[in-house]
Amino acid sequence: MTYPRLRPLGDTALSVEFGERIDAALNARARALSYDLAQNPITGVVDVVPTYRAVLVSYDPHVIRGATLETALNERLRAPLGAPENAPQSGALWHVPVVYGAETGCDLAPLARDKGLSEQALIALHCSVEYRVYMIGFAPGFAYLGGLPEQLHAPRLATPRQWVPAGAIGIGGQQASINSVAGPSGWRYIGQTPWRSFDPDRARPFLFAAGDRIRFIPVSAREGQDIAARAAMPDAPLPEPQP
Amino acid sequence: MSAQARLSVLSAGPLVSVQDLGRAGLRQFGVSCAGAVDAPAARLANALCANAPAAALLEFAGLGGSFATSRDLRFAVTGGACDIRIGARQLPAYESHVLRAGETLRIGAMSDAVWGYLALAGGIDVPCVLGARATHLRTGLGGVAGRCLRAGDQLVLGPASEDSPCLAPGAQTAPDSGPIRLVLGPQDRQFAPEALERLREAVFIVTPQRDRMAMVLDGPPLVAPAGHDIVSDGTVAGVLQVPASGKPIVLLAESQTTGGYPKIATVISADLPRLAQMAVGAQVRFQIIDRDSAEDIAIAARAREHRLFATLRPKIRRDLSSAFLLSQELVGGIFDPDAVLSPPDS
Repeated sequence: MTYPRLRPLGDTALSVEFGERIDAALNARARALSYDLAQNPITGVVDVVPTYRAVLVSYDPHVIRGATLETALNERLRAPLGAPENAPQSGALWHVPVVYGAETGCDLAPLARDKGLSEQALIALHCSVEYRVYMIGFAPGFAYLGGLPEQLHAPRLATPRQWVPAGAIGIGGQQASINSVAGPSGWRYIGQTPWRSFDPDRARPFLFAAGDRIRFIPVSAREGQDIAARAAMPDAPLPEPQP
Repeated sequence: MSAQARLSVLSAGPLVSVQDLGRAGLRQFGVSCAGAVDAPAARLANALCANAPAAALLEFAGLGGSFATSRDLRFAVTGGACDIRIGARQLPAYESHVLRAGETLRIGAMSDAVWGYLALAGGIDVPCVLGARATHLRTGLGGVAGRCLRAGDQLVLGPASEDSPCLAPGAQTAPDSGPIRLVLGPQDRQFAPEALERLREAVFIVTPQRDRMAMVLDGPPLVAPAGHDIVSDGTVAGVLQVPASGKPIVLLAESQTTGGYPKIATVISADLPRLAQMAVGAQVRFQIIDRDSAEDIAIAARAREHRLFATLRPKIRRDLSSAFLLSQELVGGIFDPDAVLSPPDS
């Protein structure tokens, strides 16, 4: 089958699929289309959701028909789309503080044992690379990250945990995560960030967007508490990306 | 004259929440639309109270609750036939009524539907969260502290004219029947030919596994030979995603924004409320149509809704004598109130 291909989701959305794998190049193409649709909107399109290897485009059939939208999207896909990495709102680099281990990161010790690593070596490996936010999904602000070193890939738990707190730093298969809300999860968790990546009452509710870059910075439990306490103060400034 | 009322929740059914038409445009940040499961029923309830279509109202699953008001208040219940009482007085759904201060409104069980709507003149004035008042129960967003309502809750209502009349439709509309229509895709090509055949021919059953997020259907398994895991992509309400059990899960208003099960087909937007309203145990048959036809049906359904709203008329006053009403041959139940209130020779 040739890509990209357009497939309908009923009479209100269609999916532009770039492939079937988790892959940096496919994800970059999905984000490039999403960025292009944000810069040059098509009348009648009501939502654009970039995911790992596809873009969901929702539309109002009273304003634009699916067939017309397909033609417009195919035209855009034929032209070279701008590189989203260079776009101001889609390539921000964040240095995210993480308290490794402790209660939320309770999988750190067993995972290190499984991998034949010391905890310090596992943390160093987790902090050694730059991750890319491949998509925001599942829950508000929940960031799925690509770029996890292969040595850290780990299968999901057989029995999901019923409650994992917001801010948990996870590993699920070849993916990594920054959890944004508390909830059940079958992923393994090695730490927690004191940043709140989602807060509906904030002027900017979501910290991260698809395409952002992430580096994890280990901090002590004490430093983590201080950051969390400062963030909880009224009118606390939001974390900023690296210049 | 304009006044704000307060609604007291004296008791609440198991799943009563504040909803509106949901949050649009935030799925790229992982935020589900939420909003009413049966949006046309919610819009009609609001229209009967002369509210804006997106005014916040109460949605209840199966059973409403009991309510009292601080001021006289117009309300309407839609979604399906329902046991509605003020004191000993039994009231019909699909028209607005006045609840007087000091009276208790009891909304019992629905008999032919699952999702009911109680609209109140002025709308429910809870704070907007991310652009809407709808409750997303799973993440605790919107509504009253992001949760279901319970006894003791107090809801402030928006301003509404106290002098506005109660409304009722001036014409009956025949409910849709027939199969639930689907558009194949986006991952129908990952399914075996027998799965597509079963989707066309088999009878599926509504199971008790249902909530605002999704409903699970039982039937012959729909098998994807290469497996039932895909790299997660975007979802919309109405999509039939199929996990390894082979039993389709229809996503509803509160669906997650991305999912990793292959999606064999999508229920057309005009038929999704009808499917969502089917009782546990009900039989579902599907019919596959193309996208163009589905869009035509969506456009026609919206036009029909606008025509229905245009027929809403002030109800005849209760002090008209029964002899007069009988003389107007209203027994059939379909009438034009204008003809009663303004005879042609007046």
